[in-house]
Amino acid sequence: MSVQQGTAHRPWVDRLLSLNGWLVFGFLYLPILILVIYSFSDSRNVGDWGGFTLKWYDRMFNNPEMMNALGNSIKVAIVSTVVATVLGTMAGIALDRYRKWRGKQAFDVILYLPVIIPEVTMGAMLLIWFTQVLPINLSIWTIILGHIAFSASFVAIVVRARLANLDDSLEEAAMDLYANRWTTFRRVTLPLILPGVLGGALLALTLSLDDVIITEFVQGPGANLLPVYVFGLIRRQVTPEINAVSTLMLAISMLLVFISLGFQVRSGMGRNKEE
Amino acid sequence: MRRLLILIAVVALLAAACSSDSDDGTTTTAASGTDETTTTAAAETGSELDAMIAACAPGQTDGDLNFYNWTEYIPYGSAAEDYEVTDLVAKFEEEYGVKIIQTFYEDNETMLAQIEAGGAPYDLIVPSDYMVSTMADPEVALLSKLNKAAIPNLVNLDPIFAGMPFDPTGDFSVPYQAGTSGLGFAYEYVDDSEGISWGLVFDPEMSEPYAGKISMLNDERETLGAALKYLGYSVNTVDQGQLDEAAALLKDANERIAAYDSAAFDDLLIAGETVVAHGWNGGFFGSFDEISTDDYDAYEDFGYAVPIEGGIIWVDLMAVPITAEHPCTAHTFINFILDAENGGELTNYTYYMSPNLAAHEYISTDILEDPSIFPSAETMAKLEFIADVGDFSLNYADAFAQAKG
Repeated sequence: MSVQQGTAHRPWVDRLLSLNGWLVFGFLYLPILILVIYSFSDSRNVGDWGGFTLKWYDRMFNNPEMMNALGNSIKVAIVSTVVATVLGTMAGIALDRYRKWRGKQAFDVILYLPVIIPEVTMGAMLLIWFTQVLPINLSIWTIILGHIAFSASFVAIVVRARLANLDDSLEEAAMDLYANRWTTFRRVTLPLILPGVLGGALLALTLSLDDVIITEFVQGPGANLLPVYVFGLIRRQVTPEINAVSTLMLAISMLLVFISLGFQVRSGMGRNKEE
Repeated sequence: MRRLLILIAVVALLAAACSSDSDDGTTTTAASGTDETTTTAAAETGSELDAMIAACAPGQTDGDLNFYNWTEYIPYGSAAEDYEVTDLVAKFEEEYGVKIIQTFYEDNETMLAQIEAGGAPYDLIVPSDYMVSTMADPEVALLSKLNKAAIPNLVNLDPIFAGMPFDPTGDFSVPYQAGTSGLGFAYEYVDDSEGISWGLVFDPEMSEPYAGKISMLNDERETLGAALKYLGYSVNTVDQGQLDEAAALLKDANERIAAYDSAAFDDLLIAGETVVAHGWNGGFFGSFDEISTDDYDAYEDFGYAVPIEGGIIWVDLMAVPITAEHPCTAHTFINFILDAENGGELTNYTYYMSPNLAAHEYISTDILEDPSIFPSAETMAKLEFIADVGDFSLNYADAFAQAKG
């Protein structure tokens, strides 16, 4: 009886839950959809549909400063992501593996700092660090270093979460079979934590692509990044050109997500075959 | 692991390589530093830059211009084409054979932080009025004294821009573009036939119909300044009694004010959320232009005016920071902007008031004859610049916080 009662109630709860799911989905994605639609609108007013046009894209691609900023953004995002992913992954592994080293707890706390301190503070600190402590000239490289500084922590945290669920015996088995540490890492550990590493890398990429505050603090002459440029543009006026450039950024991000998903699926399949 | 070591080594080498050629980075550190050795270093390089500036001749260039400016504040590239004005960046590059490297900021304070920290060799910046007094303050001394002999076009400046409170001698800055703050309103609800008054906000009777439909700037000097103007006082008063009076007035009006907003005041007005909005003229016009189409003229529905009691005038200025490595090019560029034709084209693009009197004949009549961009002489006389009031600024902040509740 009780089972039947349960099933009788279920569809109602299910429906509510799925409705909730759709609402959340709509809440998250409808604004993005509208942003994309209005990037094709032939009206200066962003909220006004004025017929289909590609002129905002045409204008965007012919705006040398904006294209320069887009190029810089992509350059910074790729370099900082690669470096942050390598550093972050190593930090994550170190924290998970070497349980007893001295100062680990301190390192642990410090690792979370870039995640929790306000961006303005981080930006100001990096600026002082680059210009007064090192001191180096501000340029696109200081932006890259700044982005590495905050995104490495995110990568480390994601990788650590993945490692926490990892069965140590898999690595021990590999070592039993005379695999040295490097081989064990390359053939066993890395493939197992790859989804975490890729997830961290994606996070780093996204953070880098839309950071305004830290970038503005550490930017150097001529090294304009797109988010800062767009932010400044909005101060003056909002035209669908902003929608067009946002759509382009969205397309690039989605492309990257799909590529990484593709990698994950492939590595997942590879593992299944080996099993 | 070995790869990582190599990477670290490379990064370290890069850092070392960069630091060796960044003398200016260390010198600007010194400018804000307190210990003696560094201050001497600052004084030395400061005088070095001063010597370079003193030797600049009109039209002389000494390298590419590192121009640190607000986003899209000079006609360039497709934006220039769009507005059908001269591409001033390309024109300067062609005329003088040097390049302009543009970097953008969208906030005075971040720009200040970058200049103060040094490490970026900007030759020319465009701070807003109050920021000039902050940066020219002898204690920080972030701006270099200009060589007026290298800027012959200074004669083109409108005399009302001489002796501004934040740079009385004009030694550190040259006006770029200017504008006012006042009230934007919807004609449907507000009658402007006898001029607009701050009473729309502060007079209990006059503002009654607009209760809950008013927005004010979230800025103590601007908003208390409006109340001070309504009372007939100076916006730069340091009299606590007058300030208290203004704060009490604002506190009274508080229940009728829907929002304190410095970013979206124009959008709120257009969206119908407000019918009376305190804001900067450029913000209103940008939005009115945006929603105007071939069949719809937003200027028929919305207006902007400096209230009859007077208001505040703002100005953005060009200045040469102490980080400059090419001060002569910077001077030549300032002179270029002060040229009558170039100054006209600049305003045809920005739709702001031009401080360049000679440029008026090149400014399109639509802009020049619009009293909300170029106020009448009568209105001009009632406008005030916001001056640095020193420590009294804390009293403004306190009064504003309390009035807002």
